[in-house]
Amino acid sequence: MQIARVVGTVVATQKHRTFEGAKLLLVQPLTLDDKPRGTALLAVDALGAGVHEKVLVVMEGRAAGEALGRKLAPVDAAVVGIIDTVDVTE
Amino acid sequence: MPQSSASSMPSTLRPGTEAMQLARVIGDVVITRKDEHLTGVTLLVLQPIAPDGTPAGRTLVAVDAVGAGVGETVFFVRGKEASFPFYPTEVPTDAGVVGIVDHWDLG
Repeated sequence: MQIARVVGTVVATQKHRTFEGAKLLLVQPLTLDDKPRGTALLAVDALGAGVHEKVLVVMEGRAAGEALGRKLAPVDAAVVGIIDTVDVTE
Repeated sequence: MPQSSASSMPSTLRPGTEAMQLARVIGDVVITRKDEHLTGVTLLVLQPIAPDGTPAGRTLVAVDAVGAGVGETVFFVRGKEASFPFYPTEVPTDAGVVGIVDHWDLG
């Protein structure tokens, strides 16, 4: 799983039916010192995360579908937690 | 904090990083609002390491199936298999610590 910052929301009218009612977020993966790492990606969100919040993103199809509560959904990334703290001690 | 910037591809797609790997536990993550299936699951920050102990690749967050803690050397699995230790609960994860390493030897 990756730590990421929510940087935007995505609206799509025409989409696969399993996306109906699902929230799509643009998330920017971060390094442990909060710098952007790689390209922002789309993740489905069932928790109600908002822009600027730091979240935990799972990048695996089956887990993402479960997070959405829908099996066989054509998704590969989902927000599974809103981060309170990251404690790195080394 | 050592970070690899060698590739911008998702780590799961990088050749050589699909299999189980050694890592150092360097921190933990606290989340309150979360997927219900993550309740009670410990989240660890891992730095994958090469056999010589040097950092190798991006840090990541993994679920803990063996009671590992910060400072320990562990091995972890990627993909949906990471949720198998919690079966039948379907924990939404793509990485999981499945062993604590006592020592390893290079021949």
